[in-house]
Amino acid sequence: MTNLVEVRNLKIEATTDAGRVVDIIKGVSLDIADGEIVALIGESGSGKTTVALSLMGYARPGCRITGGEINVNGKDMAALSEKERARLRGTDIAYVPQSAAASFNPSSTIMEQVIEVTRIHKLMPPEQARRRAVELFRALSLPDPDGIGARYPHQVSGGQLQRLGAAMALIGDPKLVIFDEPTTALDVTTQIDVLKAFKSVMRAGGIAGVYVSHDLAVVAQIADRIVVLKGGEVQETGTTGEILSTAQHPYTRELLAAFEPKRRQALADADAGKKELLRIDNLTAGYGPVRDDGLPLVRAVDSVSLVVEKGRNLGVIGESGCGKSTLARVIAGIHPAAAGEIVFDGKELERAARKRGQDQLREMQIVFQYADTALNPAKPVEDIISRPLAFYHGLDRQARSKRVDELLDMVRLPRALRYRHPSELSGGQKQRVNFARALAADPKLIICDEITSALDTVVASAVIELLKELQRELGLSYIFISHDLSVVEAICDQIMVMYNGERVEQITPDKVKTPAHPYSKLLFSSVPKLDPTWLDGLVRDPALVSQYGHR
Amino acid sequence: MTMARAVSSRRSLLGHSYNLVGVVASLVILAWTLVAIFAPYVIPHPIGDIVDDDYFGPMRQGLWLGSDYLGRDMLSRVLMGARYTVGISLAAVSIACFSGVVLGMIAAVTGGWLDTCLSRFLDAMNSIPSKLFGLVVVAAVGSSIPVLILTLAVIYIPGAYRFARALAVNINTMDFMTVARVRGESTVYLIGSEILPNIIRPVLADFGLRFVFIVLLLSGLSFLGLGLQPPLADWGALVRENIGGLPFAAPAVIVPSLAIASLTISVNLLIDNLPQKIRDRDA
Repeated sequence: MTNLVEVRNLKIEATTDAGRVVDIIKGVSLDIADGEIVALIGESGSGKTTVALSLMGYARPGCRITGGEINVNGKDMAALSEKERARLRGTDIAYVPQSAAASFNPSSTIMEQVIEVTRIHKLMPPEQARRRAVELFRALSLPDPDGIGARYPHQVSGGQLQRLGAAMALIGDPKLVIFDEPTTALDVTTQIDVLKAFKSVMRAGGIAGVYVSHDLAVVAQIADRIVVLKGGEVQETGTTGEILSTAQHPYTRELLAAFEPKRRQALADADAGKKELLRIDNLTAGYGPVRDDGLPLVRAVDSVSLVVEKGRNLGVIGESGCGKSTLARVIAGIHPAAAGEIVFDGKELERAARKRGQDQLREMQIVFQYADTALNPAKPVEDIISRPLAFYHGLDRQARSKRVDELLDMVRLPRALRYRHPSELSGGQKQRVNFARALAADPKLIICDEITSALDTVVASAVIELLKELQRELGLSYIFISHDLSVVEAICDQIMVMYNGERVEQITPDKVKTPAHPYSKLLFSSVPKLDPTWLDGLVRDPALVSQYGHR
Repeated sequence: MTMARAVSSRRSLLGHSYNLVGVVASLVILAWTLVAIFAPYVIPHPIGDIVDDDYFGPMRQGLWLGSDYLGRDMLSRVLMGARYTVGISLAAVSIACFSGVVLGMIAAVTGGWLDTCLSRFLDAMNSIPSKLFGLVVVAAVGSSIPVLILTLAVIYIPGAYRFARALAVNINTMDFMTVARVRGESTVYLIGSEILPNIIRPVLADFGLRFVFIVLLLSGLSFLGLGLQPPLADWGALVRENIGGLPFAAPAVIVPSLAIASLTISVNLLIDNLPQKIRDRDA
């Protein structure tokens, strides 16, 4: 046996509740050499996590490994008994889940959980395990490596917790570590620290890894080889350099293409940009008890002013907790502002949506990030889209039905989808329905709150293209809220950078290379590039990082 | 192994899968419902007529379930008893669940002082022991069918309210509720069109469970003599008036007990084995 991992013709099936058998993995083969990091990349549903989990001999409930060999370190994981597999998990193979926050037990200390593996497998006495854990904390460049183990999971930040999850995986000295999208939920500035820590630890220990992700740029930084999966089959395998420069398969090219969004051309419409559609002056909003000055205790949005011109788009960018979503909710009147003015289409708006007129509500629509929760699961698509038609426009049944067809055409969904329930749609389809509902109101302004964040790269870029087309056809304006610079760059005329509830800078997309404010510099330079040497070559001003890299 | 068995014992019909236990339970419930509806036309003897020379008579031809403590036909009395037990309980549970669920959804959607006042008031109601409450009401205004129905309904409103409110509060935090609110929808639309379709299944399950509680409470009240007054008798009253037959192993006391058990257990089993919608896209 030459390779640490040799998967041959792996097949995994699932049984649906109608008793139908579905092939999830249709004959996947892959090799991982000692000390090599292989990335599994693909859109959601491509089977990348299923393949990664199968390396531990594990299939999620309802799934079965039905064929092929999974040789890890000379043992066929598919053929072993559950007891034998359990002995290997944590010692030979370890797993780092996507959300460390959901994987730690909130009621016991971090150290207890990190060294639990050594206790279960009787690897070393607790004292030695604790010393080893502290070494790992140091290697993963965690702050206060001696003391952090005594804390509880809620007392450390998301990025730190993710690294602690890696420490938990590494304490058993595994030969193979499976990373399941470990940085997807993190901010870009945090992601860099975590990636750097993972990379140095893996390299120092000569540990082989499987890195599951849908983000090609992140994978480019950490992986030696990339395996591209789609529909449960391997589309393409190659070293990172090969995949990035000379991708053969159309799907891989599509993935790469999605990374370079076409810059939007300026609108030909003569009217556009001349009229102010929305003006916000010194808007302040927050949470907690209202103090004497009439302002809330915690200010999530602090004296923000902005202008959106007719037919133009404003991007709001910032990291989690910067107040960008609160800003969206304040503008829409969901969370009434404590102070400030909102002028929409020449008229001042009431702060609370409840007090606004029906036409004012109709003209400003908000689209939420998670289409899963934004669409009522108990209703078919048809009902969801036709409600604004009945409510705002008072259309009768026949007219509604016709308009639903038109709207589905507009968002490029097949008309037959109208009878489906949201649970029967894919993520991208749901987001399109979500958008069609906003369009049904005939709005002038659509506030898009992170609408592409929950989508795969390829799907997200398709949604962005759709938004651009609709803008050309309907003369809409968007406020586009996102943490993803490339998305905002692709669609917006102006970009506003938010930090800690305040607006720090407003620039145009052609100037993102040279931002003026230090925080914008840090934020923009933290966005991973497709270049595999980017992470190693990245030099960040430590003063900046300590000032703004808040976790 | 367990997986395979679960799959094979479920069949599918109209896009739903169901299993044997659920089918049997619903057949029992259906049978009792039919009995409740058609009892007056099928009973062999009027319920007040004394047809046997002996009391606590055994099962025999003509008197298929024996006779009671006065020598009346037990079959007729059990069949007519179904009418009262099922009818009164169904009416009471319908009132209780309808008011409770509507109030619960309104409280969840509106929030604020309305939610607080309603919740505290119904919590206070909930703290009164149900048998005691029934006893006091019946003692005060006397026992009649409308009084029984209303009393039972009032006793079970707080539970239905709590249950529906807890479910609706969760739905209320979803983004589609925010979308509907920003659209400017009224409370009636919010609770009827956005929340209700999402909580209807657990609410129906709760309806069944509460029906069982009411059957048992009604039987309990009747057993204490506070329920239906003679010569009318529901199953609880039948057990009480024939309790003297217990030493003789008279069918007169066993049969109504079995009737109560079969109905309540069937409803419970049906709730646990409701048909599941098949969520498989291509099936």
